[in-house]
Amino acid sequence: MTARRIVVVNGGLGQPSSTRLLAERLGAATSDALLEHGMEADVDIIDLRGLAHPLADAVVTGFATGELRSALDALSAADGVIVVSPVYQASFSGLFKMFFDVLDEGALAGTPVLMAATAGTARHSLVLEHALRPMFAYLKAVAAPSGVFAASEDWGSARAEQSLGRRVDAAATELAALVAARPERASGGAFDDVVPFDQLLSGP
Amino acid sequence: MQFGIFTVGDVTTDPTTGTTVSEHERIKGTIAIAKKAEEVGLDVFATGEHHNPPFVPSSPTTTLAFIAAQTRRIVLSTSTTLITTNDPVKIAEDYATLQHLTDGRMDLMMGRGNTGPVYPWFGKDIRDGISLAIENYALLRRLWTEDVVTWQGKHRSPLQSFTATPRPLDGVPPFVWHGSIRSPEIAEQAAYYGDGFFHNNIFWPISHTKQMVQLYRRRFEHYGHGSADQAIVGLGGQVFMRKNSQDAVREFRPYFDNAPVYGHGPSLEDFSRETPLTVGSPQQVVERYAAMADHVGDYQRQLFLMDHAGLPLRTVLEQIEILGGEVVPELRRIAAARRPAHVPEAPTHAARVTALHGRAVDSTMGTGISASAVDDVTGRPADVAR
Repeated sequence: MTARRIVVVNGGLGQPSSTRLLAERLGAATSDALLEHGMEADVDIIDLRGLAHPLADAVVTGFATGELRSALDALSAADGVIVVSPVYQASFSGLFKMFFDVLDEGALAGTPVLMAATAGTARHSLVLEHALRPMFAYLKAVAAPSGVFAASEDWGSARAEQSLGRRVDAAATELAALVAARPERASGGAFDDVVPFDQLLSGP
Repeated sequence: MQFGIFTVGDVTTDPTTGTTVSEHERIKGTIAIAKKAEEVGLDVFATGEHHNPPFVPSSPTTTLAFIAAQTRRIVLSTSTTLITTNDPVKIAEDYATLQHLTDGRMDLMMGRGNTGPVYPWFGKDIRDGISLAIENYALLRRLWTEDVVTWQGKHRSPLQSFTATPRPLDGVPPFVWHGSIRSPEIAEQAAYYGDGFFHNNIFWPISHTKQMVQLYRRRFEHYGHGSADQAIVGLGGQVFMRKNSQDAVREFRPYFDNAPVYGHGPSLEDFSRETPLTVGSPQQVVERYAAMADHVGDYQRQLFLMDHAGLPLRTVLEQIEILGGEVVPELRRIAAARRPAHVPEAPTHAARVTALHGRAVDSTMGTGISASAVDDVTGRPADVAR
């Protein structure tokens, strides 16, 4: 069995960034949890900061190129996806949304997704339910029941860290179960499936 | 191989002078551009069709007929004719008339149009775009190939014993290209009928163009019109040239930076790398476009967008002179040298008439096209000629 492809989308802009840190922990925890199912995982992290200019270009021109194209292709081919956004003005960041705005149609349909967010205050924790979950529902992704939210205070003390660690593990376990339950993704080329013209002629 | 130009017909303020031409000037300028294209030896002039500002070409056959009356050789075409919002009956009539007036010196390209608000102005819905393109074109073909048509569909009132007039010149309907950027259904449609497929790639990377053309070629062969490399392919292009490439970049940059569609986005350099836009010396343009066939195979028609983004008419005419004088002869030579004998040239009316009469001699159908020229298995018109 080949390794399952886990793609982590990191919307954090700082360097270092607590969003990046959470993304890494979720990636590692998912990898560990997949081992419990007897599966190896390849974990790739996509840092959106490096794609900021190509994303702006893609929004204007309507097509993605270069590294952005590769990132979108990786997402389309993923067996499981972890997304982490910082909270800006009570929602996910604009850059994070732009990435999903230029996603190919159907790219995440049926793909298990673990949602996570970071913010300066725990008062933003429902951003997962109010902002991220509806978007992934629209994209027809299979969102894991638990998201992971980390505020500044979660990184502060040993006790808080322990609590965050437990939440990370619990969510990663859910994602791993969804990935394991799903057949491996076949990689096909664009336009491999074409609707024959007599079907198009007879209408939907 | 055919080389030509296609116009969108936008009225855009020249960003370097703040000047905006009037609609009258733009329409008359379009005529001057087409006449210049013939004068410098280009093969094709095509006009877009739009029904909203800032575009002027809402009545393509009027414009093309006016040009035809003042030219002798250049093939007149469209880029594109809206098969979704136009009534297929009116397309059949308008373009058959144009075919007679030009003695067959025309063809046309079907397109859907991508502006949502335009559809309701013509009583349609953009969500039906593909369905309209398929049903309307199937009807259009019947109107051209069958003398009497009884028809019923979803998007138009039924026809009882209807004859579209005039009948196509010499019994051969105008050759049709299907233009599409990202819809595999349209590549499939072009392949099914053995029509031409034009990928307007001016905003797209060649990797995408290659995928779309490959799909069309594969399906063209599947439907038995010939081998994949015999399919009829056209591409778009966009260039700006000066003797010294740095001068070309300096002069074109403000037009690029403020252009409709892609302006205020990627840099000229990035966009040139990712799309067929080539700004530089005529030799650079030759090298870039000679290599297109390496990606999509030997193809039949290359159209260049020369007159948009507020470029003044004088500059556009200069550009067409450089294109016809220094670029196209070289591209023509390279294309001819590499094209294998079994790969056809772009279909012309004369070649299609010959093909039809050649076939008609062997059949009992006679030279005219009648309702009997319908495949009784698929219900579609028998292939007339390619």
